[in-house]
Amino acid sequence: MKSLKRIATLAAIAAGCLGLAALPAQAQSGPIRIGSTLALTGPLSATALVHKLVGEIYVEDLNSRGGLLGRKVEWTVKDDQSKPEVARTLYEQLVTSDKVDLLMGPYATGAILSAMGVAQRYNKILIHHTMGIPSLAKYDMHFPAWSLGPDPGTTVPNTLFDALAALPKPPKTVAIVTSKFPSLHFLSLGAREVAKKRGLQEVLFLEWEFGNRDFGPIAARVKDAKPDLVFVGDIGLEGNMLLEAMKKIDYEPPLHFHLYPAPGPMATAPETKNALSVTIFEEHAPYTNNPVAAKFVATYNARAKAAGFPYTKVEVQAAASFTAWQLLEAAVVATKSLDDRKLADWLKANQVPTIQGTLRFDKGNNFGDDLMRIKQVQNGNWVTVWPKAWAAPGATIKTQ
Amino acid sequence: MAFPSLNLLLQSILSGVFIGGMYGLIGLGLGLSWGLLRQINLAHFGFVFLSGYLSYHMVTVWGIDPLLTLLILAPLFFAIGVAQQWLLSRFKISPFNSLLVTFGFTVMIESLIQYVWTADFRKLQSSYGEEKFKIGGLFVPVPELLTLLLAILLAFAVWAAMRFTDIGKAMRAMAEDGPIAAAFGINQRLLSLLLSGVCVAFAAIAGVCFALTFTLTPTQIFSWVGVVFAVVMLGGLGSAIGPLVAGIIIGVSEAIAMVIFAPSWAPIVSFSLLILMLLFRPGRA
Repeated sequence: MKSLKRIATLAAIAAGCLGLAALPAQAQSGPIRIGSTLALTGPLSATALVHKLVGEIYVEDLNSRGGLLGRKVEWTVKDDQSKPEVARTLYEQLVTSDKVDLLMGPYATGAILSAMGVAQRYNKILIHHTMGIPSLAKYDMHFPAWSLGPDPGTTVPNTLFDALAALPKPPKTVAIVTSKFPSLHFLSLGAREVAKKRGLQEVLFLEWEFGNRDFGPIAARVKDAKPDLVFVGDIGLEGNMLLEAMKKIDYEPPLHFHLYPAPGPMATAPETKNALSVTIFEEHAPYTNNPVAAKFVATYNARAKAAGFPYTKVEVQAAASFTAWQLLEAAVVATKSLDDRKLADWLKANQVPTIQGTLRFDKGNNFGDDLMRIKQVQNGNWVTVWPKAWAAPGATIKTQ
Repeated sequence: MAFPSLNLLLQSILSGVFIGGMYGLIGLGLGLSWGLLRQINLAHFGFVFLSGYLSYHMVTVWGIDPLLTLLILAPLFFAIGVAQQWLLSRFKISPFNSLLVTFGFTVMIESLIQYVWTADFRKLQSSYGEEKFKIGGLFVPVPELLTLLLAILLAFAVWAAMRFTDIGKAMRAMAEDGPIAAAFGINQRLLSLLLSGVCVAFAAIAGVCFALTFTLTPTQIFSWVGVVFAVVMLGGLGSAIGPLVAGIIIGVSEAIAMVIFAPSWAPIVSFSLLILMLLFRPGRA
């Protein structure tokens, strides 16, 4: 009886060992599962739809090329409802319950910071799309796909003022008006410092709360100040609302720059002519000289049109999203691994060619070079106008 | 703090009057529903935006003049208002519960809008949008002026109806003491349906004006709740002219705060005024 029990116990142990041994083999034959959240509903949802479409395009293309490490890729995307606290819970679920192999970041600073906290807790690599405040990103295995450099509060205004200094009649006075939305506010304060250092006279500085409804008094104050340049720290529709209010009082600023405008409305509204902004990618040469970029642009245009997007062109958000997937693919292919630490170490030690340029992650808080360029609305389209190496063929900054 | 030029101050005050007209127009139907029907109809904000989107759709896709869309939308939304009231009274929803139920309606309307028109920004481009004229040194935009005129017209029409017509008097009596009013032969049920229809029709009118002036996005629905609630409470629940006056006071106060101090002070204004009113005239709201 005793020996029978011993045999049964040994058999059970052997079966268990066999089962455990079979697990990795089974896992490695299945798809690689990548999990992320996006703000599919809520105030950030308009842009999240861009990121979702780009992710779908990339994963389909990746799978048509054989996937990663010979395995298909499966992308799980959950709706964080534009709420950072929901993003945190969902990333926790992705790691602990869904047990995804890799994480892909959400977009927008709040959600990214939430996801980063979870990634840090579980030692997961986090490549993310559009994080606006580099100083907040302390985790050593996070990697930003939006190449705005470690100190955009200085470098971005300098890029703008360099571009404007090259004009036949550079601006001498500036009005800086800004939303108090965190990702914008520190850049606008940086612009104040940079303008002062470069000898531009600040004739007006105004701040408004995010969600401001009436831009009439702000427009009237800008008109009264008569600046050569209006630096607007705006996000979404705020810039359009300010320009509409300016138009109603018959005022058109000589030069106006907008930090993060909604690309479609800003490109197409009649009063937004010559609006300047920042970019990492636009749909023209030299960006589209890259065949990967050209193929992506063609696919995105068609898919965005079919999905009923009002603005179907590839610009900052779509390009940052595509870049994030490029970074993940490059790291997995180079290391032939899904090990988060190996992927992170490789990204830190190497430079990755992407559709927005070559990215590196060896400066402050894993940010690399500031690749932000200046774009302008010309004939209803965004075109890069500075620096010259990235400007659309023949494009220069137009003034009023 | 630098004191602005007279022209800058007046232009900003005018802007405040116009935004106040919009506050008043949105607040009119909400205040009547709250004061006379005892229903805090949060769905009012959803109806404003739904009307704005429908107006956008009719103008953009069907090529209808924006103001003509009022002829379709006002009766349609009147019917929706009647249906909503029938539903609320059918299930005997209390005033507090009406807040929760209509919040649910608002979320459903937001989801519907997002499903049909997506979360992207939509701008109604019309010939009115470009129109403006000048009086002295002041520019007067036509869409905002139309909104203000409609707000004034509706406020006074409701005031006159409440004061001089039998239906208006019956509604006031119903709000004062329903059972006694019923004892005098007032058909509460019919009046409630009628009043709810009118309130939601006002939301439709506000929605068309909103689309003429602002860019539409579904999630904006909730960003107007706070200030319009302040307008309604400041103006008096069930008052016809109160919300318009309160809206203009708040709009102008915000504009003056923006032009003399800083635009970031503007949001403090409406709630400071509300708190002051609650402190000094607690029975008003």
